[in-house]
Order: sequence, then structure tokens, then C-alpha cells
Amino acid sequence: MTHFPTSVPLGTPAPASPVNRPAVEFRAVTKRYGAFTAVTDVSFSIETGTLVTLLGPSGCGKTTTLRMIAGLEQTSIGSILIGGEDVTTRSAAERDVSMVFQSYALFPHMSVLDNVAYGLVVGGMAKRQAEEAARAKLELVGLAGLEKRLPSELSGGQQQRVAVARAIVLEPRVLLFDEPLSNLDAKMRRRVREDIRQLQQSLKLTVVYVTHDQEEALAVSDRIIVMAGGKIAQDGSPRDLYERPASRFIADFIGDANIVPALLEARDGGLGRFKVGAASLILPHRDVAEGPVELAVRPHAIQLAAVGEGSGGVPGRILYAAYLGDHMEYEVAVTLGGREITLFACTLDVDTPRVIGDAVSVGFVPQSVTVIPA
Amino acid sequence: MQRRLGFWLAAGWAAVLLLPWHIAEGWPTPWLTGSNDAGGGSALLQGLLLGRWWLLPLALPLLAGLVGALGRDPQGRPRAAWLIGAGLGGLGWLALESLAVAQPGLGLGAALYAVTALVLCAHGLALRGWCKGDVFIVSSIGLVLGSILVFVGYPVIRILLSAVQDNDGHLTLVGLFDKLTDGGIWGLGCVTGAGSVCGVAWNTLALATVVGLMTTVSGLAFALIAVRTGFRFKAALRLVSILPVITPPFVIGLAIILLFGRAGVVTDLMSSLFDIPRSRWIYGMPGVAMAQVLAFTPISFLVLVGVLQGVSPTLEEASQTLRATPWVTFRTVTLPLIRPGLANAFLISFIESLADFGNPLVLGGNFDVLSTKIFFAVVGAAQDQGRAAVLAIILLSFTLSAFLAQRLWLGRRSYTTVSGKGDAGLASPLPTGVRWAATSIAAVWTALTLLVYGTILVGGFLKSLGRDNTPTLIHYQTAFGIEHGPNGWWFSGSAWDSLFTTLGVSLVAMPLTAALGLLTAYLLVRQNFIGRGAFEFITMLSFAIPGTVIGVSYILAFNTPPIELTGTGLILIIAFVFRNMPVGIRAGIATLSQIDKSLDEASLTLGARSFTTLRRVILPLLRPAIVTAMVYSFVRAITSVSAVIFLVTAKYNLATAYIVGRAEVGEYGLAIAYSSVLIAIMVLALLMIQLLVGERRLGRRASALSVRSSASKVNA
Repeated sequence: MTHFPTSVPLGTPAPASPVNRPAVEFRAVTKRYGAFTAVTDVSFSIETGTLVTLLGPSGCGKTTTLRMIAGLEQTSIGSILIGGEDVTTRSAAERDVSMVFQSYALFPHMSVLDNVAYGLVVGGMAKRQAEEAARAKLELVGLAGLEKRLPSELSGGQQQRVAVARAIVLEPRVLLFDEPLSNLDAKMRRRVREDIRQLQQSLKLTVVYVTHDQEEALAVSDRIIVMAGGKIAQDGSPRDLYERPASRFIADFIGDANIVPALLEARDGGLGRFKVGAASLILPHRDVAEGPVELAVRPHAIQLAAVGEGSGGVPGRILYAAYLGDHMEYEVAVTLGGREITLFACTLDVDTPRVIGDAVSVGFVPQSVTVIPA
Repeated sequence: MQRRLGFWLAAGWAAVLLLPWHIAEGWPTPWLTGSNDAGGGSALLQGLLLGRWWLLPLALPLLAGLVGALGRDPQGRPRAAWLIGAGLGGLGWLALESLAVAQPGLGLGAALYAVTALVLCAHGLALRGWCKGDVFIVSSIGLVLGSILVFVGYPVIRILLSAVQDNDGHLTLVGLFDKLTDGGIWGLGCVTGAGSVCGVAWNTLALATVVGLMTTVSGLAFALIAVRTGFRFKAALRLVSILPVITPPFVIGLAIILLFGRAGVVTDLMSSLFDIPRSRWIYGMPGVAMAQVLAFTPISFLVLVGVLQGVSPTLEEASQTLRATPWVTFRTVTLPLIRPGLANAFLISFIESLADFGNPLVLGGNFDVLSTKIFFAVVGAAQDQGRAAVLAIILLSFTLSAFLAQRLWLGRRSYTTVSGKGDAGLASPLPTGVRWAATSIAAVWTALTLLVYGTILVGGFLKSLGRDNTPTLIHYQTAFGIEHGPNGWWFSGSAWDSLFTTLGVSLVAMPLTAALGLLTAYLLVRQNFIGRGAFEFITMLSFAIPGTVIGVSYILAFNTPPIELTGTGLILIIAFVFRNMPVGIRAGIATLSQIDKSLDEASLTLGARSFTTLRRVILPLLRPAIVTAMVYSFVRAITSVSAVIFLVTAKYNLATAYIVGRAEVGEYGLAIAYSSVLIAIMVLALLMIQLLVGERRLGRRASALSVRSSASKVNA
């Protein structure tokens, strides 16, 4: 289980040289709207050249956080640093960031070229120079030849690329994406997210990316900050979050894990022996104390066998079965820890389908099971 | 930021060093030398040379401003605390010295000084992170709020004050209760039989209630016809909706006199055909009510059309599939659904009637209402401004209560659904009885309105409508004659002066009204700041102040220093700007709420400050609203009478005041000839708007609009 953390682990002092200053730093930021607190005491820092995703269900404070970076919302408490400079009281126009909006927000009365050149022109650059720079960025995103069009004459994907070109033309220290794929259809989404990742890596951009889609987050990010209820629920690499969830919430939110009661019987070095009903598993114990614990079990970690086959399985009964072409989905009732729970299982074995009411023996693949720290 | 701070500091120094601090008699005077005792000279010169020491401290805030601008805080930016202190100190001392020391009215220097102090303070607050650190927004809020406080709040406060002053200007609370509960205002003589007339407050309320009810019913009749019948001439109904815009408020009253007065056309017919004796029945509540119902029905029609269109036809279809007859459906489904709309239409007509001045003035006879009573208290023989103030307070409390009821109580009660999705189903036809009732009400209204406008347009070309129907151009000649004299052509007609003043003042007020209104709308729709609720409340309140109250309050507030404006053309412009600002606000809010907010934010994150964003992104998209706001403020300025009738002078007379004056001395021919000319001018103005706005829609606007609609589709 190796992974390569791209972020500086907590507790390590930040390097002093200005080049390595974090691109964005939140220090104990709280945002209130009247009596409602949208973001509570959030601190993090984002390294230059990385793509960091703010992920969470709607209303978790991720968009508010993004808008505070942009300067579109002001903090109630705490401070925000961009490139080591305190920008807490600065307006959006005075911050070295730009943003790609969910609705793209292309100016409908300006041509594509004028849209992309806008930031340079209002910044005081000569019109001719600005247009040249804008043309270069349009070429970069593959829209050469469409300069004279109005935004309304472009497809959704093209509008999105204009929005990206408009944002990167200023070469901002930080580029912000607010749910950039939500207005595209499913096929376009996959392509555009690859494009964004590629662009970010080739131009070595620092990107903060907001989404509620965990798959999208896993696919594009160097690091993911999961938010829930206005707080950071977990902050780590995609692999961290998936393989070592810090809480039930994370385990469920990323990868739909089943939460299964178990007993940690004994610890030995880094490993522990866990008892799930009749089954026994050897897993890293993650510093959890011996006694009752909860395990996060991925749907594909559940193996179904006919009763009597193999050994050490937990007896269960099929509640629901669905055939999805390349895999099967089941709901299985098992009795664990004295109560009946429903497990969601998913298997590639489509040739021996089970039907509703079948009695089965449920086994677990230890590689896709992890204990949830209390 | 530094450059702009420098500019404003320079302006501040110019205000105290160079510009005349006071309005001087016979300005421009040799103000540079400061030798004019009447008040010429800049603040510092007056302070040093004329011993007006209280003007000298005005320089201190500017010095503080310099310290703030040149100094650096730990972050290397100007010092916010010094700037805030400079702004507040400057404004505070300006208010204190100009209210405490008897001196001439404030002039250009003082005005610029006040603005500078406000902007310095705004810079400081923006540095502190107010309004996301945006200087332009903080300054705009300050300027809008400041100007509303000076030109709406301060006059209203003066009214309240003068109600608690005796005739010598001393404050006294002794007489206040008696004044407010005076028998002439609240007497019930007509009910108890102790006297023949009721108090003017009861008159006003009774009239407003009757007019409110009748107007709501007739408005509903038109709305039902427009929305729920196969009426073939729906285009004609659009005409109905622009009538109140182009008609000066007293014109209908004038026409009614010419039709139903003792010597009126209809009265003549009745007397010769049916031997009905001539009488003066029309002068008083019946006439005023008739004029107001005719005048305000289009307004309630517009409210109710919107409400009726919001009633989902599926609800009525559901009722019918449950075996309800059309009448039962109408009574149990449709009517309850539009009840809040009906209440709204009633309250709006109620407020209009309370505030109406022109019709009661020409038609009231012995029937007094508050607005006319206020007028006669000011211009009549008594010249009792204290009494005018008391009456104005009562009228103001009526309109404000109705307005608050409409806002707070009705604002949240709407059952109608406005969704973008087309609701399937057909509106059920009206029950027969309702259809006949609606048709007959609409027919009566239409007949009377045609008669009224016919009278106005034709009457101007007759010698004396009703008495001597000889065709003549004499009225137009008197009013709009052009003669060739020894010095070439000259405008000899008696109306030219007032027409030119009206057009001039209206044209100057037009862009100012639109700018202030749209800026306010922008702040209300687009910005979130501490006290936004209060800001909205204050601007909305200024919607509800009747013109008569504005007029009286302006006389009370701006007749004496520190702000001395009466008798100038400027006060007319200011009155128009603040009276018609709601037009701009409404147009702005309607259009802005259709423009995606992320367009502003995109521009901000691309490094454009909010002023640049406003100029390059918002204004181009707001163009239709700008045209609408300009033309409507122009038209409303031309038709306005209640506020400005107090403020006109021989030198600066306005068309409406001139017409009312002619009507009062019985020169009806001239009055309606002039009215027709005004109506023609306003029709031209409206045609222009149609042309300008309509054309834009065909051009680039079309694509811009389609973007917005497609974007909103995607978001949905």
C-alpha cells in the first residue's frame, strides 16, 4: 500500500523560500451569513503546480470556500493568503486568481476574441497585443478560427473552452473551477476533464477545482479536500481517501462502502485480526483499540458463495439482484453484531446469477476492506 | 487606488480653496478675492479675510486625508483609519457649522466638499474590507444614501419638525396633539349631523376607499376580458395600458367638467332632451371619484392581468373534472387564487387616490381632500405652513401604512405560480354572468374614456366647448403663437415659456433620474452589504411619499439656508429626480434580475473593478432598461403636477402648473389645447422608445437574449 503524498504532511514547517510558498493558504477561516455558518474554522494550504479538489455534497461549503479564494465572498473570521500575501480584505479584481464558472459566464455581447482578451484589456494592455495573446490561448484550447463568433453561436463544450481560455490568458497564480462539467453531457464530461488535467500538467498550473462528483474528483486530482457541514472531513491524495477513509462519512461518500460491525481481537505489529461474524480478516489496524470496531467494505470486496462451499463465510440471503451487462449488483441481508444489516455487493461473475431469496455464504476480500478509525 | 485618492483630495482642496463656498447673490461674484460680504469667496478665504472662523476647521479633515493617503499601513496600503476619520470629520463639521451658524445657503464648494468627504470615508471603509474592498461600491452606496437622506429624508424631517413648532419657530409640543386631532381634519359632522361637512381626513379616506374598490372591479373586468375571453381586439387593450403614462393627472378632471359641468355637453343634452335641471353635482366626491376611476383603472388592469396569467389553467381543469360548474370553479378556485392580487390592486389604487392632487383641485369644489388642503394651506390666504405640515404628516401616514401593508403583508402571499415551463391546459371560459358583467363595465369605461379624450382633442379647436362650438384656432394661437416682429421671429404664445422650461428641466432630469435609479437598482440587486435591508427599505419608502408632501417638504427644507434652492430651476430638477427615481429602479431591477450574476463575477475575477464591470458588461446589457428609464422619467416629469406646483415661480413655470392655473380661472379651451400638445409630445416620446428598444432586439440583442435563455435552461 504505497502512495506518494504530493502535499506537505501536517506538522511539517513550510519551506521558507518564496518559490515554495503555498499558492493558497487558509488560516482558520469562518464564513457566516447571518445566523447560518457556511464554513467553520477551515485551514489548509495548496502547493503551487498542483490540482486540488474541494469535494462534498451540496451545501457543504465547498463553493463558498472557492468564492472566498476568488474574493467574491469575504471571510467573517480568519485570513486568506495567496502566494504568501495576505489578501483577506482585497477585492476580487485585486487578487491574482481567475475562475471558470459553472455557467461559463461568457459575456453575451462580446465576440469570443473579445471575451478572451477582456482581462488583458481592462488590465491596461494595448488592444492589439491583448488580441494576439487571446488568439494564442484560443489556439491552445483548440478553438482557432472561431474568434469572431458570439458565445451564443458555440456549442456547450466550445463555450466551456472559451471560458478556460479567458481564465488562463491572465496567467493567474491560481485558477479556479466551479463545477466545470455540470453543464455537459456524460460523454463530454470524461473528455473535458482529461483536457483540463492535461492542460494543468502541461502549463504547471495551480488549480482549485470544486465538484460534488467523487469519481470526477478521483480522476483529476493530486489531492482532495472533502468537506462536510462547513468543515474539512478529510484532506489527502485520492488513494488516501479511498483506501484509508478517516470516517464513516468518507468511507460512504467515496466509493459507497458498506459499514460493517466487527471485533478487533488482537494486534500484532501493524496488523490486526478482525472478526466479522464467523469470518476472520487480517488487516492493518490503523491504531484502533481492541474491541468492537467498524469496517468499511467496498461493494466489490464482497464475495458470494453457495452455502457449504468454502469456509468461514457469514450466512446471508439475497434481497435484490440486478443484471447490468458487465456485472451483477446484489443486496444481501446478513446478521452481524446482533442486528440484521443490508450489504450492497457488486461482482463481475455474471455467469452464476443468484436469485432473490437464495441463501448464500458471504466472504470478504481483505484488500478492499479497511477499519474506520473511531 | 492611490491615483483616485489623489484626485479626490485635489477636489477637496479645490472645494475649500477655489470654489465659492456659499450661494452668492448675483453669482458669479468676485469670489476669488473674498471681498463680497453677501457670501462670495471660498471657505478658507472667507475664514481668513471675513472672520468666518468656523469655516477654517474644514481644512483639517483634508490634512488628515493627506496623511491617510501618503502614509502606509503594515501592508503598505493607505491608512484606512485616517481616511475614515477625515471623511466623518468633514461631513460632521460641515453639517454642524452650516446648521449652527446663520449664513447664506451652501454653494458649489460645499457640495463638492461633501462629496469628497464621503468618498474619502468610502476609501477608508473599502480598505477595511467593506463591500469586498470595492471603493466604487462603497462610494456609490454612500452617495445614493446621502442624496436620499438630503433630498428625501431631510425634507420629511423638516415637515415633522415644523409640526411641533409654533408660528415663531419655537419648538413646542403643546399644540401638536390639538393640531393632529383638529376638528377640521377628523370631524364627523356629516355623520352625526352636528355640521354639514366631514373632516378632510375622512373625506380623503372615503374617496380613496370608493375609488380603490371601483378601480379594482373595473380593472378586473378588463383583465378577465384580456386573459379569459376570445376578445378579438386585444391589441387595443395595450393602448389602455399606456393611457395613464401619457395623460397629465388633471386632464381627465378637466374633460369631465366640460362634459358634465353646469354648462357641459352632456348636461346640455340631458337638460334639452329630458328636462333634467342643470346642477353642480359633478363638483365634489362624485366627479373626483369618476375622474380617478377613469384614470387609475389601467393601473389595476396591469396588476391583475399579471395575476390572472399566473393562475395555472390545470387547477381550473381539475375543478371541472371534479364536476364543478364554471361558476362554482370561478368562485371557489379562480377568485380565491387571485385574492392577494385583488388586494394589491386595491391598495395601489388606494395610494394613487390618496396622492392625487390634480383631479380634486379642478373638480373638488367644496369637497376637500388632504392633498388640496395642503396646497391651499401653503398658497392660500392663510399661508399656514405649520398646518400644511400637519396635514402632510397625516397624508404621509396614510400612504405609508397602505404601502407597508402592500409590501409586508401582501409581499409574501401569492398563490400564483410563475414558472418558465408552459403549463398545459386551457383556461376555462368565464361563467356567462361574469362575462356579461365584465363586458358591460369595460364598455362603460371605454365609452367614458373615448368621450374624455375626444373632448380634449376636439375641444381645443372649438371656441368654447358646449357653449359656442365654432371651430377656431384661437386657443392654439394664444398659447403657441409665433410672430414676426422687428427683431425677427419670436414666440409670442403665452405657453412657450412654460413649455420650454418643462422640456428643459425634464431633459436635464432625465439622465440623472435614470442614472440614480439604475445605480440604486444595481446596488440592490447585485451587491450584498451590511445594512442592505435598511437601504432597500429607505429607497422603497421614497416610493410612497405623495407628491404634495414632497412639494411642501421641499418648501420647508430648501427655502432657507443651509440649502437654499427655492425659486431656482435646480429645485425642479431635484424634485423630478427624486420623485421619478422609482421608475429607474424598477426598470433596472427587472432587467438586472435577468442577467446572470456570474457575468459580473467573471469580470471581477478577470481583474476588472466593479466600475469597469458596470461600464463594459452591465451597461451594454442594460441598454433597454436605460432607454425605458430615460423616456419614462422624461414623460413623468412632464405630467407631474403635485410636487412641483409648490416650487414653480414666474421665471420657472411648468406646463402642468400653467394649465392648472388656466383651468382655475375658467380658461378651459386654452387648458385642453395645451394638454393635447403635451399628450402629443409624450406619444412621440413613447414611439421613440418603441423604435429604439425594438430595433435593438432585432440586432445583436437577439443573440444575447438567446444566450441568457439557453443558459437558464441549462441551469434549470
